[in-house]
Amino acid sequence: MHPQHPSQTVGPFFAFALLREGSNVLVNDQTLGERIVLRGQVLDGDNEPVDDALVEIWQADAGGRFRHPADPRHAQADPHFKGFGRSGTSGEGFRFLTVKPGPVPPSPVPFVAVRVFARGMLIHAVTRVYFSDYDNTKDLVFARLDPARCHTLVAQRCELPGGVVYRWDIRLQGEGETIFFDL
Amino acid sequence: MSESGHKGVLDWSIQPPYLYAPYVATVRRAPHHPLVPLAASLTELTGPIYGEGDIGPLDHDLTKNAAKNGEPLGERIIVTGRVLDQSGLGVPGVLVEIWQANAAGRYIHKNDQHEAPLDPNFVGAGRTLTDAKGFYRFITIKPGAYPWKNHFNAWRPAHIHFSLIGRNFSERLVTQMYFPGDPLLAYDPIYQGIPDTKARARLIASLDLETTQPEWALGYRFDIVLAGYDRTYFEPGGR
Repeated sequence: MHPQHPSQTVGPFFAFALLREGSNVLVNDQTLGERIVLRGQVLDGDNEPVDDALVEIWQADAGGRFRHPADPRHAQADPHFKGFGRSGTSGEGFRFLTVKPGPVPPSPVPFVAVRVFARGMLIHAVTRVYFSDYDNTKDLVFARLDPARCHTLVAQRCELPGGVVYRWDIRLQGEGETIFFDL
Repeated sequence: MSESGHKGVLDWSIQPPYLYAPYVATVRRAPHHPLVPLAASLTELTGPIYGEGDIGPLDHDLTKNAAKNGEPLGERIIVTGRVLDQSGLGVPGVLVEIWQANAAGRYIHKNDQHEAPLDPNFVGAGRTLTDAKGFYRFITIKPGAYPWKNHFNAWRPAHIHFSLIGRNFSERLVTQMYFPGDPLLAYDPIYQGIPDTKARARLIASLDLETTQPEWALGYRFDIVLAGYDRTYFEPGGR
């Protein structure tokens, strides 16, 4: 086995290279599924917003499929859905315009895979976000989490005049610290 | 770092810890709870796939991709290398993105207030895809060192930031490339945050005369071994 390359921090100055117009928009006007906004803040150990983090998401389309050969149903995946998005956190935090993913078998509930990078993080942190309108304990990963902490992975659904918004904050440290996975 | 059970792809004898107090910004941003083991699902075994259509013809050439009225100032260099998986096979189709300061040690980012000149012909961002054997190549300008506020008289060694997106969600790396013989490496808490000295040394590119183009540009070689779920997890679908 070749030894893996070590990680280094993304630093504070990545935006001009990694964020482009539309990086945080996963849909176009032909994408199938319920349009949602997923937004929130990254918070540090002082509960202060981190305004120079990078958040990446990866998720299934509304039918629970991925446009990737590892998915046996990839040929049926929505060609108008990107699946991958990036957002910075300056201003009001991160914000993604996407669709509610479909559940990916065998799990009966949907979720989004999330990675956080920031100045002050020598290596990224991996987490997941689930949705408040499902019984997430039916998901095998979620069901095995510490019951006192699993709420940190649940985004709250808000039906606003402009559309459906899921609110979810990522707490890097301290009370309510988000569950991070060893991936 | 995980408790037991499912083995993650990251080797924590090589990877830096979240908390490394000499790098002051880690103190309030490091998670304190242990990482939780994760049984990979299809979500982690898939990821975005990039193709030639995602890359512009000058995206890999930072000396040209932002030129307005001439060439950027500084020492022109070629940076090339191979992206491998842990079994030693080249990884094709990896999106490699780089960003850096200019020759004077100044980033174009609005929050960089270092009193050094911007270069009207240089932005300092590039991207490319690895070829069928895993090779990538950039042409750029050697970045300058610059001061930062981590501690009194702190200076970052010259570096190029790298971001790699591989074949699935697990194959993801953000790192930095340094230059051989840089005396600032000994004082840099970001570089020193890698616990293992052999692993740390792999962050340093090597001067490569085969890559060097005579009378034109020095060449540096920087190979990258990308951790991730083995391709056997999803080989049946082919690619």
